[in-house]
Amino acid sequence: MDILATESRITTGSRGTRLLGLAALAGVLALLVFAFVLTDPDVRTHPTSGEEFGQFDAVRLLYLHVPMAILTYAAYALCAAASAGYLLRRTPWWDVTAHAAAEVGTLVCALVLVTGSIWGRPVWNTWWEWGDVRLMTTLLLFLLFLGYLALRRAAVDPESAARPAAVVALVAVLDIPLVNRSVEWWENRTLHQKSTLAELKIEDLTLFTLVLGIVVFGLVVTWLLLHRFRVGWLERAEVTHGIDRAIAERRGVASTTGVDSTVGQTREES
Amino acid sequence: MREVLADLSLVAAKDLRIEFRSRVLANQVAPFALLVLVLFGVALDADQRTLRSFAPGLFWVAVLLCALLAVQRSVAVERADDAVVGLRLSGMSPSALFLGKATAVLVQLLVLEVLLTGGIIVLYRSSVEDVALLVLTGLTAGVAVAAAGTLYGAMAAGLGVRETLLPILLLPVLAPVLIGATRAFDDALGAAAVDGWAWLVLLAGLAVVLTLVGALAYRVLVED
Repeated sequence: MDILATESRITTGSRGTRLLGLAALAGVLALLVFAFVLTDPDVRTHPTSGEEFGQFDAVRLLYLHVPMAILTYAAYALCAAASAGYLLRRTPWWDVTAHAAAEVGTLVCALVLVTGSIWGRPVWNTWWEWGDVRLMTTLLLFLLFLGYLALRRAAVDPESAARPAAVVALVAVLDIPLVNRSVEWWENRTLHQKSTLAELKIEDLTLFTLVLGIVVFGLVVTWLLLHRFRVGWLERAEVTHGIDRAIAERRGVASTTGVDSTVGQTREES
Repeated sequence: MREVLADLSLVAAKDLRIEFRSRVLANQVAPFALLVLVLFGVALDADQRTLRSFAPGLFWVAVLLCALLAVQRSVAVERADDAVVGLRLSGMSPSALFLGKATAVLVQLLVLEVLLTGGIIVLYRSSVEDVALLVLTGLTAGVAVAAAGTLYGAMAAGLGVRETLLPILLLPVLAPVLIGATRAFDDALGAAAVDGWAWLVLLAGLAVVLTLVGALAYRVLVED
């Protein structure tokens, strides 16, 4: 907890995270080259009519969308695991980890919803498809964790939010299979996701770019997580540090006035 | 087990007695429920066919909105004069406490559901085709809503911003209940051709999971 005292530089970076950050940056640049230059748009020709169809350039968005969707679930799984860890161990490390994972996960989840919507407009001809299992599950997951973050922010001190937040995260994760089930039954429309991935006829380079995307965004998310964790840890340290300082100041004031008054009294009495 | 049941009924009876004496449900929540039905009617332009086919969904949205009020009331009762401290010191197990408070909320929800059923029959011209399915769905979904509501109510109350935090925490968790209960009511009210009994199974699963999680998590929340 003594980070504030020993670190004079105001940064959450370290040699490791700087290297990681550079690797992530290089990876993003490489991914851009692969996604926009080296891979081809998804254009297929109808065998009989000869008409061109497919996702065209919209397919490039999937190199962004699919990795982020996978990482959303990974981040929320980490949040749930850390929450369970907190309830078992009750140490701030687990709690700060859960908070960091939830925050980064929600950011990525929002991007998944936005990129998916932008991709859906040209490909499915709609921004939003009610009754699609994955869309609804992801949206509700996003809303559940907005509640989680609201709860975190509502607490005056981070310690008091730790237990309720852990419960919220675990209930949210339990709720997800149920949401998934109920939406699947709801309309019996599991449309596209599976079919599009199968339709893609994933070629070597496309597959490679997709895997590269997963690795690159894995680096980006890890980098964000590490920094968010450190900020969270510093916030904790600040709270404890602040209380200690306040107590010390009070003690200082109390003891000097105490001395003065007793000195005064003894003088008057003598 | 018998002890838990005894404590449960004590807590539930206490909450219901307070409710009966203060008449918050009768004077504020029940009129609000009817008001919601009227607002939906106005918003949907009072087209009878539309209203009839949407009645199941509107019914359950109204129930969820009323549940928010009922849960907030259930929390407020414990906050007044720090009554919750007394309850904790009483030596009852937190699980019994949770089940008791959830039961009281459930009873109030059931009263509201009866009222709302009358409301959609009169205002939206719904007709009951399958009474057993209707009653069982109302009961099962009520259990799920009451359990989740009581858990999240306690959570939001502990942080002191209960009015604004409760909806954003509770409503997403209840999304599968809303879907399931609406579809089961679609069948029971003959609004759409679906197998309502299959949905009832899903609702029963939800009710069991939420009640178990609530009883366990309540222990974590009130320990100090």
